[in-house]
Amino acid sequence: MTDLHPVVGALGTSSERPADRFRFLHVVHRNYLVWRQLLGSALVGHLADPLLWLVGFGFGIGSLLPTVGGLTYLEFLGSGMLCYSVMNSASFEALYSAFTRLKHQRTWEGILHAPMTVTDIVIGEWVWAGLKGALSGAAILLVMAGLGLLKSFSALWLLPIVLLVGLAFSGIALVVTAVAKSYDMFTYYFSLFVMPMMLVSGVFFPAEQLPPIVRFTGELFPLSHATALARGLAVGAPLDHVVLHLAVIAIYAVLGLGLANNLIKKRLTK
Amino acid sequence: MLKVAGLRKRYGDLEVVRGVNLQVASGTCFGLLGPNGAGKTTTLRCCLGLTTPDSGSIELAGLPVPAQAREARARVGVVPQFDNLDPDFTVAENLIMYGRYFGLSRRECEAQVERLLVFAGLTDKAKAPIETLSGGMKRRLTLARAMINDPQILFMDEPTTGLDPQARHLVWDRLKTLLTEGRTLILTTHFMDEAQRLCDRVAIMDQGVIIAEGAPHELIDREIEPAVIEVYGDGIDSWFETAGKRYSERSELAGDTAFCYCHDPGPLLRTLEGLSELRSLRRSANLEDVFLKLTGRDLRD
Repeated sequence: MTDLHPVVGALGTSSERPADRFRFLHVVHRNYLVWRQLLGSALVGHLADPLLWLVGFGFGIGSLLPTVGGLTYLEFLGSGMLCYSVMNSASFEALYSAFTRLKHQRTWEGILHAPMTVTDIVIGEWVWAGLKGALSGAAILLVMAGLGLLKSFSALWLLPIVLLVGLAFSGIALVVTAVAKSYDMFTYYFSLFVMPMMLVSGVFFPAEQLPPIVRFTGELFPLSHATALARGLAVGAPLDHVVLHLAVIAIYAVLGLGLANNLIKKRLTK
Repeated sequence: MLKVAGLRKRYGDLEVVRGVNLQVASGTCFGLLGPNGAGKTTTLRCCLGLTTPDSGSIELAGLPVPAQAREARARVGVVPQFDNLDPDFTVAENLIMYGRYFGLSRRECEAQVERLLVFAGLTDKAKAPIETLSGGMKRRLTLARAMINDPQILFMDEPTTGLDPQARHLVWDRLKTLLTEGRTLILTTHFMDEAQRLCDRVAIMDQGVIIAEGAPHELIDREIEPAVIEVYGDGIDSWFETAGKRYSERSELAGDTAFCYCHDPGPLLRTLEGLSELRSLRRSANLEDVFLKLTGRDLRD
């Protein structure tokens, strides 16, 4: 403590690199480093959970059922759970974890004191939660492959698609985080938005037999489009309107990001 | 280093900053003083480009703010009022990760960790989780973290609030080191002894405007009588009415204590002789007296 060197070299040599538009990667990197510390539990969550669900429900209920739209119930459920899991994973990260960094840990405030902008942070969190969703999806694809459910290599298309689905739910969730006052708000989000959407999007049972108005409502949201794509590409169900499905999901991803960015900017730079 | 002119900021019906002008010269320590709600933190946030002012101009480290606030922050270190160390990382990782936000490479950050830990007196805590640090350690780490980019200017919002005397002295010692290195310090505080000790210049802010500015000793000379007698004890009321008011140039009774300000305390002290029930304290005027004179004794919370 007694012999103090100057803290750092000469004055005025602060790093000032040319502005780059990849500053958001610092935020992704930070979250990745934290996630890596908990790798064990994260992977168990990503792999063991869906495996148990698929085996339990797929074989348990599946054995009682005839084929569902030409698929075994295990195939049907696997492709539905794929999307459900991407949604859940991205949503939890962009809600609970992001809100913790926004409010309780003041992580974002600290980052803003560095030469970073709110937009850097929001894009970083959006991408990170999207990646977590995608990782969850990739794990389920792995489980499905292990169970012999994947019909062709077209299932590989689902890797970029689960990232897009992750970004869509990450974007929507960040909007909710932007306006949230406490964690309680997220319970409303899950109970009043996520659950009903799940029930009308063909995740656990087909949406075809639902009343037309309910079906139509389901198609306004990204989950039904994600399950349609997953079912077509992973287990070989008939697949139409690929562009429409992708477009709806992408619109949610981009609009969510834009709106979240505006709201969080307002909140943090009051 | 910092030039602020005509700064105004309104939240709803309340204008919290109402025309602030500031100039801070390179290599000096500037203190922004004021009661809670005076607008100090808002002023600092505007200077850093974290809040957009309604009007006024700001130049920080030669760059216009908020237009080039991000670039300006690359040359600035910030010690916020509430610690926002990253609880998911260790002490050393906090320093490294923070440097990354400045665009420094991992190697550049790692090269600085040891010196910064020496500076913060945390060399044996490099691998400790943040939650195991005391308040004083966290503050020193936050200060060290703010140095990761070798800043020309440091902004500190109440740097020693909540610290015990030992920890405060250690922080003051480090801040003096930074001053001798030629850095510019800008701090808010409501500890007048801290301001008097560290600051070359102070500005006292109240209700969104700066009501006095100058070197601490200048303000004391200019604003207030040099001697202060504090008197308290049984019978203070009657003594204050008959003698206290009469033999001082300015006086006030705050609670059970009389504060008497004067140039020559002799006559006043003689009135206290033989009054064993009254106790008195004679001292020189300080910045706190100036502050209380200018901003009043009413609570602001």
